Amino acid sequence: MTASADVTATLQGKFPQTTPRASGDHPAINVPLSEAVAVLTSLRDEHAFDFLVDVTGADWGVDASPRFTVFWHLFSTTSHAYVRVAADCTNDTDPVAPTACDLWPAANWHERETYDLLGIKFSQHPDLRRILMWDGYPYHPLRKDFPLAGIDTPLPDLEVGEITKATAKPAPMVGGPFVASPGEINLTEAEPRAKDESWTERREKPASE
Amino acid sequence: MATEHVFPDSGAKVATAAPAEFETEKMSVSMGPSHPSTHGVLRLQLELDGETVTHCDPVLGYLHRGDEKIAENMTYNQFVPYTDRLDYLAPLANNVAYAIAVEKLANLKVPPRCEAIRVICCELARISSHLLGLGAFAMDTGAWTVFMYQFTEREKLYKLFEELTGARFTTSYTRIGGMSRDMPEGWTDRVLAFCDQFLVQLDEMLEMLTRNKIFMDRTAGVGIITKADAIAYGLTGPNARGSGVTVDLRKDRPYSGYEQYEFDIPVGVTGDSYDRYLCRGEEMKQSVRIVRQAIKNMPGGAWFAEDARKIFAPRKDKVLTSMEELINNFMIVTEGPQMPAGEVYFEAENPKGALGFFIISKGGGVPYRMKIRSPSFCNLSILSKVCTNNLLSDVVAILGSLDFVMGECDR
Repeated sequence: MTASADVTATLQGKFPQTTPRASGDHPAINVPLSEAVAVLTSLRDEHAFDFLVDVTGADWGVDASPRFTVFWHLFSTTSHAYVRVAADCTNDTDPVAPTACDLWPAANWHERETYDLLGIKFSQHPDLRRILMWDGYPYHPLRKDFPLAGIDTPLPDLEVGEITKATAKPAPMVGGPFVASPGEINLTEAEPRAKDESWTERREKPASE
Repeated sequence: MATEHVFPDSGAKVATAAPAEFETEKMSVSMGPSHPSTHGVLRLQLELDGETVTHCDPVLGYLHRGDEKIAENMTYNQFVPYTDRLDYLAPLANNVAYAIAVEKLANLKVPPRCEAIRVICCELARISSHLLGLGAFAMDTGAWTVFMYQFTEREKLYKLFEELTGARFTTSYTRIGGMSRDMPEGWTDRVLAFCDQFLVQLDEMLEMLTRNKIFMDRTAGVGIITKADAIAYGLTGPNARGSGVTVDLRKDRPYSGYEQYEFDIPVGVTGDSYDRYLCRGEEMKQSVRIVRQAIKNMPGGAWFAEDARKIFAPRKDKVLTSMEELINNFMIVTEGPQMPAGEVYFEAENPKGALGFFIISKGGGVPYRMKIRSPSFCNLSILSKVCTNNLLSDVVAILGSLDFVMGECDR
């Protein structure tokens, strides 16, 4: 059996609960979370998808249900094909997915990153710590309810924070290249040139404070 | 082993190798984040037994800027400068990888001239990145000269990049559906002239290392990664090929017209640090081969996709004379190029390995979710395995041979 475009059809025969997933390029399947590891094992052992490219997740918004989806991208080093496996997390407030660390050691860091940034926990993961944010950081920044600017948070070193009273402050957004959500920011206010320093015949030079 | 040694001045003290008496204490060493051989801000939490590493725990995230979060909040073209800052030693290659990923989402086909320019960009970026990787690796193992020599060559490359893009380092050259501009007049001749003298210079650099006794002692047989491990840990690029994994996306999944060019893929045998060095050296020669072919067969015509009018900002002279183009330009700048909904994944063979972009779009000008699969991140995940039971000084050689960039690793 070689990895090919009809891999999703073969998998559907073996795992009746899987459904094809809309995809812009590679073959993709939706699997129930409970069968995810079995499908990944089958892809690795029977379909020669021996290379785990990536594990990641997506947050579909606070009101969405299922809110979180985990994605696995596999590659075959022999047939050079990709396949995408997606599984919706059943719990919206405390999402948990099964780990693929036993299949590929590469999954270890990818899953730590997904946990760190999206808060999806991986059960049976050998070492589920944060990897990019610091230990003890209270939020998961890639969730949709986390603001782009960040949230005022204590410093990683609590002692330093206690003495200096410094915190990790939200980033200034004004004048940035970011797309303003409706009603949130006024273009005139966001544009530094239009803010105050410019004056014309019709508009007087603002008095300096 | 258990040799008895009687000290002459105190006959009573007999030193044996009995573990109870000479129990050693393990030492915990934090290597980095500011250490010359951790190439940026990688930190290794090491546990040492004498000089031997018994445990290695890489600590990442010192350069985390939230690029994926930022990408979700800006239009597709606005993100191009952020891709410069992923692997900042090969910004041109990142630009191209990102542009092709978004073009895949938009179902755009760029003309052959654009593809050929992109191939030249990618290969020059590969040379520039491998040169620094080579020089830093040599410096880590005690050879300072190569580092200075390669910077001379990189300076020449940067002059070419500046001429092409307007910037030496942060190039931001590609746009969705094309490039920011065409190549300047006579630029290809200067690239060819660079290639001619570069091969001579490269041979001189490689000659200093390839049969160098000190360099071989430091690297040969050090940090061996087996083929199975390389695949299991998701290694890509020269690090995987050094271990005998014959995967090169330029050959296996050709993009941007790579199928037209003739080139070989160097593959290592033992998978040690020395093999990874050899692979990089040979890859640079192959890159020169590709650049020469691309310039020789450079197609004419447009350098941006004509059907990308709703995505690619119109030319300035048209904007200032035509009302329709002005409106189009305004919409692209304020709302971003309008993309169809869908999920695409594209990865390109970058100097460090496979750089992938997974884009989830719900339509509109802003990606809903963009995951960046960075090769350095995956390549470093094998570190705790490959460093264990090696000498501390070998860790430096292994780090040098893995050739990572933290800007890309931490994103």
